[in-house]
Amino acid sequence: MAKRIDASNVTAYYGAFKAIEDINLTVEPKTVTALIGPSGCGKSTFLRSINRMHEVLPGARVEGSLTIDGQDIYDRDVDVTAVRRMIGMVFQRPNPFPTMSIFDNVVAGLRLNGVKKKSVLAESAEKALRSANLWDEVKDRLGKPGAGLSGGQQQRLCIARTIAVEPQVVLMDEPCSALDPISTLAIEDLMFQLKDKFTIIIVTHNMQQAARVSDRTAFFSIEKTGDPGRLIEYDNTQKIFSNPSVKKTEDYITGRFG
Amino acid sequence: MGETPHRSADAGTGGHTVTSSHQWPAGASARVAETPVSGRTPGGDGLGGGGGLPRRQAFGTERAFRGLTLAAGALVLVIIVAIAAFLIAKAVPALQANSESFWTYEGWFPNDNPPKFGIAALAFGTVLTAALALLMAVPVALGIALFLSHYAPRRLGNALGFLIDLLAAVPSVVFGLWGRDYLVGPVTDLSVWLNTYFGWIPIFGGDGPYGNSILLGSLVLAIMALPIITSLTREVFLQTPTANEEAALALGATRWEMIRTAVLPYGRPGVIAAVMLGLGRALGETIALALTLGSTYAISFNILESGGNTIAANIANRFAEANDTGRGALIASGLVLFAITLLVNIAARAIIYRRREFTESAA
Repeated sequence: MAKRIDASNVTAYYGAFKAIEDINLTVEPKTVTALIGPSGCGKSTFLRSINRMHEVLPGARVEGSLTIDGQDIYDRDVDVTAVRRMIGMVFQRPNPFPTMSIFDNVVAGLRLNGVKKKSVLAESAEKALRSANLWDEVKDRLGKPGAGLSGGQQQRLCIARTIAVEPQVVLMDEPCSALDPISTLAIEDLMFQLKDKFTIIIVTHNMQQAARVSDRTAFFSIEKTGDPGRLIEYDNTQKIFSNPSVKKTEDYITGRFG
Repeated sequence: MGETPHRSADAGTGGHTVTSSHQWPAGASARVAETPVSGRTPGGDGLGGGGGLPRRQAFGTERAFRGLTLAAGALVLVIIVAIAAFLIAKAVPALQANSESFWTYEGWFPNDNPPKFGIAALAFGTVLTAALALLMAVPVALGIALFLSHYAPRRLGNALGFLIDLLAAVPSVVFGLWGRDYLVGPVTDLSVWLNTYFGWIPIFGGDGPYGNSILLGSLVLAIMALPIITSLTREVFLQTPTANEEAALALGATRWEMIRTAVLPYGRPGVIAAVMLGLGRALGETIALALTLGSTYAISFNILESGGNTIAANIANRFAEANDTGRGALIASGLVLFAITLLVNIAARAIIYRRREFTESAA
């Protein structure tokens, strides 16, 4: 299931503005990789270029090469919707479809893929909700609106919706920044479990979180406002947080700047 | 740094957040807090300061504004009641003088002695032309709105949106004259063609003459309702939260699938409201239909043959020649139009209300 991601010389633009420059990194299957760094350093931009969500914004484009198990996802012949099915995404703010019930939210991706059979949908929904540790809380009210859940539940609903289509990779863009500590803990626990099946890349501003959940950590930074973000250091999480090899990384994680 | 990674990370972020949050905001807030404290004198009445609480103002702006808004709200009720009272008072004598059934008689001779008039054909024509107009306008309007909001480049979208709004500002008499003098030609040709090849369908049957038909009237109506529905639904579609659109795209939706999953369901109440406003315009449209319809008083589903009439068009056509009873009869027909519009609006509310659980949590 899980796949390996190779980024080489990835550079992304918003119109004329270069947001990230020459990012090179490799993400191994079935690991959790954390992207950390100060605001505006391009972590989210890099994350969004992995499933080609970056180009959704007008004028945004990506250069360089991004491959998943050797296949270039920016190849001219590649169907962008297939890329996004393979590489799911959880956003910063929980964004369940407001007009849909809990059930419909979970199976939205499956329906988009043409799955119509009720038994298949019900089975997948239960499986995804169980994987997202949400099943017990919502099994009696699957027909109720998804937007009626608490923030933490909504975010787990969004995770269930993402993994219901069985992607290879799950990208998470600050998934806990809008949540309270208990919901955050629930989602971190969930990441440990999901690691068995998916490759996970998470952007976070919370360095304890990066240290707790990730195997590898990539530190991004910018020289000054207006400069493109660069990858400063990429190593095992333990190494980054105990003995980083770049001074700038150490300054950041010890709170001397950023 | 010889600590374990977890603890060092804790220390790192802890220190980072603590220092950054204390250097600036703490100092700043302290400075702000000092000003009122130093300005407060014992027994004085500084802002939020010591001394007794001030008395509530008897006539402050708060009360005045409250009174104004209340008066504005009440005015609406007064106007509605006044209109209803006027209509009923004028209509009742004419209805009592009517020698035929007001509900079923197909004809309009209120100036005769005894007066004979019935609303059936007019009400039927009103609903039929409006329904046909919406049938033609809504799909096109939704298509244009989606194109402008989600497919066209932003500049083109704004420019075209402006043009559409301009179309809404054209007076209805201009549409009416255009329909009567120009559109009638192509519509007659189309009618002949439809009659030749699809004459076996009752609505396209008949022997002519063609031209000033329900088809022409409802086409003009459709063109008039189009800009309203388009510009409102465009606004609604533009308000779809980006987060929901991105959620659909990230699940691997194509643009059309994204629109179906995120945009259309979110915009549903707004679309219904826009359609209802369009329907309101279509039901109440007067002069354009007075100029394009054939003004007959028969109930017929045939949309090609010259004929058709609506309540509003009939009022415009017949008011000048009406005597007292005639005016009363026209006012009675106006009451019926009022009732039809009211029913349509109630139905629309009911549709929106039925889904309130989902739409409310969306807000």
